[in-house]
Amino acid sequence: MAHAHKLEIFRGLVKFKSVTQKIWGVLIFLTIITAIEVVLGIYKESLPAVFMSQVLGMKLLNWIFIILTIVKAYYITWDFMHMRDETKGLRRAVVWITIFLIAYLVFILLQEAGYIFDVYDKGYIKRDF
Amino acid sequence: MSTAVAEGKTWDGGNQPLKASYGKMMMWFFIVSDALTFSGFLAAYGFSRFKFIDSWPIADEVFTHIPFFHGNYPMIYVAFMTFVLIMSSVTMVLAVDAGHHLNKAKVTFYMFLTVIGGLIFVGSQAWEWATFIKGDYGAVQTKGGNILQFVDTEGHRVALRDIAVVDGHSQRVQHERKNGLWFVSEGTLPPYTMEQVIHGFEANKNILVRTQILNEEGKKTVLTRAESLKQLKENGKLAVEGANLHVNEYGSPLFADFFFFITGFHGFHVFSGVIINIIIFFNVVLGTYERRKSYEMVEKVGLYWHFVDLVWVFVFTFFYLV
Repeated sequence: MAHAHKLEIFRGLVKFKSVTQKIWGVLIFLTIITAIEVVLGIYKESLPAVFMSQVLGMKLLNWIFIILTIVKAYYITWDFMHMRDETKGLRRAVVWITIFLIAYLVFILLQEAGYIFDVYDKGYIKRDF
Repeated sequence: MSTAVAEGKTWDGGNQPLKASYGKMMMWFFIVSDALTFSGFLAAYGFSRFKFIDSWPIADEVFTHIPFFHGNYPMIYVAFMTFVLIMSSVTMVLAVDAGHHLNKAKVTFYMFLTVIGGLIFVGSQAWEWATFIKGDYGAVQTKGGNILQFVDTEGHRVALRDIAVVDGHSQRVQHERKNGLWFVSEGTLPPYTMEQVIHGFEANKNILVRTQILNEEGKKTVLTRAESLKQLKENGKLAVEGANLHVNEYGSPLFADFFFFITGFHGFHVFSGVIINIIIFFNVVLGTYERRKSYEMVEKVGLYWHFVDLVWVFVFTFFYLV
């Protein structure tokens, strides 16, 4: 790549001296996130009740998992796939389109699934005889 | 400069607004389309899960094994797999970086490590599949296609093989072409007949049936002894061990279907990624990119490899965590 690499993450909070150093830094960050996910996953049962409260149709814990996953996806794309160093045009063409289409698809399918669950649940249609 | 001249410069070609080579841009667009394919699968998984939100299997009870160790270790092995894949992503990006410095020895070394990481991951996935197919405790499938599992009075799981009473006389032999009608074939017989299971259940007084339905605390509902017996006798249809595309001892068969399909599709990506990495590795060793004075091919295959890692991050969340 001809153009220079950007060596800072967290909006300039952490600045690395070289590309190699940045790669190891991002690895440490991703490992910490994965470790948090695994610990939360294993000790699911003994977590405080707050984690199990319903937020926007899903448990708070599940939202935490999904947000941590998106954070991981961001750093894989931005630093491992070098999206940070690409032009704004390429970055937006790839990221915005993908995120919009996925969000749209997920919203529609989950909405419909919730409706079908209600139809079974209220006994309008029986599936288990 | 007049507007006409500026427009001429912008639109007359030879301009690179995205400052990326053709190959890299096409790799990005392939990744976009592949990302949409995967999200289609995962969204379909979400659809089925939300449809059966009150009876979906609990992943922590399904994936609990580690190779060479006995016992109950949910999440540990799949966390290890995730780490292996992230690690091989790191060696890949180090190879790309070494390529920018035209350092052939380092690119070779890091590409080699990436291939090894990929192979460990694919192997682990094969093991994960084998464990899932083989099954754990076994269960009974009802006429409505639901699953009844067995627990003792303290709520610990009890295996089908520990309760079913097998007497040699009632054993049916699987029909094969060589010993019966040559034009009729029969699938594998269930491990136990319903009579053997019910007989064994009646003999073990401290065993209860656990249904698929999740209660308020997100745990599976355990029936009383009388209800358990009634359910088994009235609805029990088939003893099931392990999982395949038709039956699944852990719960809804859809869970197994999606597990095989999505992790299989991802595993296929990892496998083809390993093959491509090996090809690039040999090109590096042979000095193809050294002569070309550009290691961009490593960068392109790197994009694909990181994408495979990226997908796994989501598969990990939606199959094992959420």
